[in-house]
Amino acid sequence: MPTSPSDPAVPSSEPADPAPRTPPAPPAEPVDLAVVGAGPAGLAAAVTAAGRGLRVALLDAGDRPGGQFYRHPAPGLGAARPEALHHGWAEFATREAALRAHESAGRITHLPLHHVWTVVPGEGGWTLHAVAGHAPQERAAAVTARAVLIATGAYERQLPFPGWTLPGVVGAGGAQAMLKGGLVLPGKRVVVAGSGPLLLAVAGSLAAAGATVPAVVEAAAYTAYAGRLPTLLRNPAKLVEAAGYGGALARHHVRLLTRHAVTEAHGTGRIEAVTVARLDRDWRPLPGTARRIPCDALAVGHGLVPQLELATGLGCATRPSPDGTVALEVDAEQRTSVPGIWSAGETGGIGGAQLALTEGELAAHSVADALHPGQGAPREARVERLARRRARLRAFAGAMAAAHRPGEGWTGWLRDDAVVCRCEEVPAGRIREAAGDLGARDARTVKLLTRAGMGWCQGRMCGPAVAALAGQEPAADRRPFSCPVPLGHLAELPATDR
Amino acid sequence: MRSPRSLVGGSPEAAYEITFDGRELPAQDGQSIAAVLWAAGILAWRTTREGGAPRGAFCGIGSCYDCLVTVNGRPNQRACLVPARPGDAVTTQEGTGRADLTV
Repeated sequence: MPTSPSDPAVPSSEPADPAPRTPPAPPAEPVDLAVVGAGPAGLAAAVTAAGRGLRVALLDAGDRPGGQFYRHPAPGLGAARPEALHHGWAEFATREAALRAHESAGRITHLPLHHVWTVVPGEGGWTLHAVAGHAPQERAAAVTARAVLIATGAYERQLPFPGWTLPGVVGAGGAQAMLKGGLVLPGKRVVVAGSGPLLLAVAGSLAAAGATVPAVVEAAAYTAYAGRLPTLLRNPAKLVEAAGYGGALARHHVRLLTRHAVTEAHGTGRIEAVTVARLDRDWRPLPGTARRIPCDALAVGHGLVPQLELATGLGCATRPSPDGTVALEVDAEQRTSVPGIWSAGETGGIGGAQLALTEGELAAHSVADALHPGQGAPREARVERLARRRARLRAFAGAMAAAHRPGEGWTGWLRDDAVVCRCEEVPAGRIREAAGDLGARDARTVKLLTRAGMGWCQGRMCGPAVAALAGQEPAADRRPFSCPVPLGHLAELPATDR
Repeated sequence: MRSPRSLVGGSPEAAYEITFDGRELPAQDGQSIAAVLWAAGILAWRTTREGGAPRGAFCGIGSCYDCLVTVNGRPNQRACLVPARPGDAVTTQEGTGRADLTV
């Protein structure tokens, strides 16, 4: 992370501080566009908007741009080939170079380690409040902007099972993040399980990095894609990508078990084995099909959930996605239902990095047109190409989402004594009791009766499961703060923002 | 033998030590505390408030708060986000990590 020579915390004449963590100061003047999230969507949007002449602030909770998809080792780890752990690294590298050029020219202020916790309307635009830096040096930061682009991405969906709180059971995306960012593995023999295309990428990465992967356990059937042949054929790059993952798994002797699930993790103190069972069409475990696979880690995840709290806090409209999650409603130009707020990437429905890059660019053009009508180079052909690519990739995302949507029978592996809410340690039996005997019909009432979803993570891990047990479709993320905020920061807010 | 470091051709610029419950662990510049612990084969560094069950990193991206740990006496730090710094004293966090406040 380059720091300004005027930053007193890092004198430029001395060797770099190991893992510098003093974030730069936000711009004092209002910017044209504030982008929240420096993943594929936010990064593409920021550099495109700056290219159209806008002054941009790019805020991100991470210490390097790239988001979760392009998460890469810190410079101190000296990775000569970070691309070895990535797909489409060149797409990132060109945009990161553009980011650095715009930064030098003063068009983009990149604010890493800035976790935006709320966005509020203010004079002539919006104010974004962030917690900047790590404890104990964290401080409050605010950015004002005429327009806001929310590109906060997604986190992993988890469907609980007995034993999923054992050490060594980790998110599939979590294992990938720790490998990409820290060059570490959770174990030597790692089962990968859940549902969705991320599993293939994770298994490939783990195996390439030296782990043994005895099996990838996928709950869906890949034949579910067969009914979507026209969509698949319009996306040959996706087919090539899938074939690449398949080839990598074959090279590393990884078995792919479709229509199977890990229904229990075993161990005392840490995971030692998993039970894998065959599923019926509705993801109900079939009796008599259970068998054990020894392992010292399990990487598990059932797709991704759009991270929406900033947008829903502003009142942005949402829509149900074919994968059973809730996404933001955006129009053809990536505008949300709230004027002045745009969104791009996974917040509008899970669709992958290529789609996020495309939508980020589209959103930036829309913002530039709105703020400076008539300015900028002729670009109709470029925008039309982007719109066509977006439509094609969104169609693929829809086919993928439908194929991996959890079947209703998954709760069949959730014994009453299995923990559902990891933070508050609430077992399934208590949630079933609240939904059955006590008449709770939604996740909110279950929460009031059982404390499920009331802990540190605010239901991010158990929300989809609690909703399913209450017999309800999952609701959109609604949290007043998107991260813990020190009380002192709230006290420092100007009275108008409270 | 394949390893994450050999895969990306990594040669760390600086290595230093942190301690976990008094045990010295090698850390590399840029690794999170969770990454340093995983590299040492340590997967649990917290016990839960109710059941006293062991927990460590789960989501790996700062969403789940399962990896909370005490760093230099300060509890409830997300180990997957906080970079390891030379000489950090990391200790297992029990319960709320606020036993010092009980009366």
